[in-house]
Amino acid sequence: MNALKATRDWLDERFHWAELVAPLKKKTVPVHKLSYWYFLGGITLFLFIIQVCTGILLLLYYRPGANEAFESVQYIMTRVRFGWLVRSIHSWAANLMIFTAFAHMFSVMFLKSYRKPRELTWISGMVLLFLAMGFGFSGYLLPWNTLAFFATKVGTEIAGQVPIVGHSLMVFLRGGEDVTGATLTRFFGFHVAVLPGLATVFILIHLALVQYFGISVPPKVEERWKASPNEAREMKFFPNFALREIMAWYIGLGVLGALAAILPWGLGTKADPFAPAPAGIRPEWYFMFMFQTLKEIPAKVWFVDGEVLGILVFGSAAVLWTFLPFFDQLGRGRGRKYVMGAGVFAVCYIIAMTIYGYLAK
Amino acid sequence: MGIWRNSGLAASRALILMFVVCACGIRTHAQTTNTCLDCHGVLDPPLQVTSEKFAQDIHAQKGLTCASCHGGDPTKSGMDAMSRAAGFRGKIQRSQIPALCGSCHSDAAYMRQHNPSLRTDQLSQYKTSMHGKLLAKGDAKVAVCIDCHSVHDIRPASDLRSTVNPLNVAETCSRCHSNAEYMKGYHIPTDQFAKYSVSVHHEAMVVRGDLSAPTCTTCHGNHGAAPPGVDAAQNVCSTCHVFQSQMYEKSSHKAAFQAAGLPGCVVCHGNHGIVHPTDAKLGTGPEGVCMQCHTPGDVCDQARAQMLADLTRLDDAINGANKILAVAESSGMEVSDALLEQDQARDSLTKARVTIHSFQTQLVEQDIQAGLQIAAKDQQAGKAALAERDYRRKGLGLALIFILMSVVGLYLYIRQIERNGARS
Repeated sequence: MNALKATRDWLDERFHWAELVAPLKKKTVPVHKLSYWYFLGGITLFLFIIQVCTGILLLLYYRPGANEAFESVQYIMTRVRFGWLVRSIHSWAANLMIFTAFAHMFSVMFLKSYRKPRELTWISGMVLLFLAMGFGFSGYLLPWNTLAFFATKVGTEIAGQVPIVGHSLMVFLRGGEDVTGATLTRFFGFHVAVLPGLATVFILIHLALVQYFGISVPPKVEERWKASPNEAREMKFFPNFALREIMAWYIGLGVLGALAAILPWGLGTKADPFAPAPAGIRPEWYFMFMFQTLKEIPAKVWFVDGEVLGILVFGSAAVLWTFLPFFDQLGRGRGRKYVMGAGVFAVCYIIAMTIYGYLAK
Repeated sequence: MGIWRNSGLAASRALILMFVVCACGIRTHAQTTNTCLDCHGVLDPPLQVTSEKFAQDIHAQKGLTCASCHGGDPTKSGMDAMSRAAGFRGKIQRSQIPALCGSCHSDAAYMRQHNPSLRTDQLSQYKTSMHGKLLAKGDAKVAVCIDCHSVHDIRPASDLRSTVNPLNVAETCSRCHSNAEYMKGYHIPTDQFAKYSVSVHHEAMVVRGDLSAPTCTTCHGNHGAAPPGVDAAQNVCSTCHVFQSQMYEKSSHKAAFQAAGLPGCVVCHGNHGIVHPTDAKLGTGPEGVCMQCHTPGDVCDQARAQMLADLTRLDDAINGANKILAVAESSGMEVSDALLEQDQARDSLTKARVTIHSFQTQLVEQDIQAGLQIAAKDQQAGKAALAERDYRRKGLGLALIFILMSVVGLYLYIRQIERNGARS
């Protein structure tokens, strides 16, 4: 304990540590029956940290290249000590991170935490969600197995349907006209350099904004607390909420370990670019609702190509969703009703289409 | 009145339509040079040949007309087209059909103009066939060209709808050979197609779509169709089953079967109804074939028993390794290398089953040992994978205990500091 105090004194003497951490000491978290949703952002951050740590360990053995990628992942899974654990945790944590990120986004939306003055917090969070999906899309190809190869082929083909820039975008993503070793090295670059760099910047911005504006209280709770201030409850961020968050992280770690040990992430068979596409090509589950929608749209809707229409609709929805806080107060408050309606519809649509996508043949 | 007016309008339209149709018909008729189909298209069978049917015929597609075979003058209409003066031959006698077809198909120079890759020895082969020989003796019931190839809608053999496409050959032959009434007097069985339909060759052809699998003509020939004969049976099988034949050639059975006048492969495997052979053929049960000739307890019986035991040992070893690898794989363990090596073990078993045809136990043993080594290695890999799985689960259990203790500790600590905070 003396060493800890000595270190603190040493930092305080040089950086005025006490002043730096003072705002954190004052930081509080509102306590009400919906406070549990506040943990989701922290759990997503925890899973991101797990991704960074396990990703760095995987980098020690992974070799990007059409002739080596699959074998190197196989080597990690079978020969490297605890390699199976690191890779399985990386894969499971990636999926859980996207799940918690989506859950965090919808919880923020339904608790209306995006409202003024937290518009930029919402936008930075949406950017992080898109980056997380980018991580998923680029990482899926890296083991170079059959399913990932053909799913990437389909995914980049869909990107190629984007009006005007589609073909150039597809060539940019693939590193050529087809999915080849060049695509793999490109995706590897996105996955381990470009996306982590961007994600780190946006996570810092997001956290700084959360720290600056504090934690939002749902409007109904806020009104009640204003009416009777005695009902207002809050807890200190340090140590009360932080310790609870650590408890949640511990539980998350246990779940990850159990998934990795009981259901190690499969490897599949090595991709053969010359083989015909196997039946049942599917993207990762978080792209399933979009994939299934594009499959269901007729080839032509009036004079517009069905797939192009689907991409335009999803693209427009993503843009509108990103700027959702600005619709909240439109039409004398009616905007919020529409936003909530759109939120309920989006959750139902995503769940229904994902289930349908897995059940449909 | 309205009704009358409408009816009048409809009648006018019908008249105009009739005029147009007639005018078109006259125009079409004027352009037609094959007038035979104009009448034969509307006649009742067997004289009926529609233009739709004849258009499917490869000969029509190559520019030949009815007159190419039947003579006459197809540019004339009515009975004038069938003028004997114009060479009209009418219906071709069955006995004359092979020669008529051969008049073109045996002419290499002529055939080269239409299909240079097509053989031109069909007629000469036919004459050597059982069909050809009987036809020469005056038996008009035997198959001639049109019985197999159809008539007026003859398609190339590569066409799936052709009666002589590999997929359809057996059925085409069976039209006569499975008809007990028709085949009466020839003194040959009529159950070939029924037997072939349950054979491994039929399964390969029809179920798996392997067009290289044998059908009737593969063993009997097509235009020169005849039974292969006792001595030739092995030669026929060896065109595909090369290694088995090589082993059999060196075996003691070769001379023994020849001396006894037995038809090689057919003795143990049968002919039309060949089913997938199992190791039980080496056994003494109902499927066993060895003891039909050999005496229990003799040297050959002992060799048979040893070879059967060897095959069973390797089969069991492979199945055992498969089972443990399947458990490991379903537990999420990475055993793809071992699963791949299992293919090599299975190859050794297949090779040993082929080597059985040498009837030399030491040769079979070599293949068995190679397979056993691989299966043992794979079994070991499966056991190691399961041991690793158990180790992981124990590690998980310990980690979860540690995590649970930490969570409980944190919970108690939070409760303590919040109680202290409330008191102060």
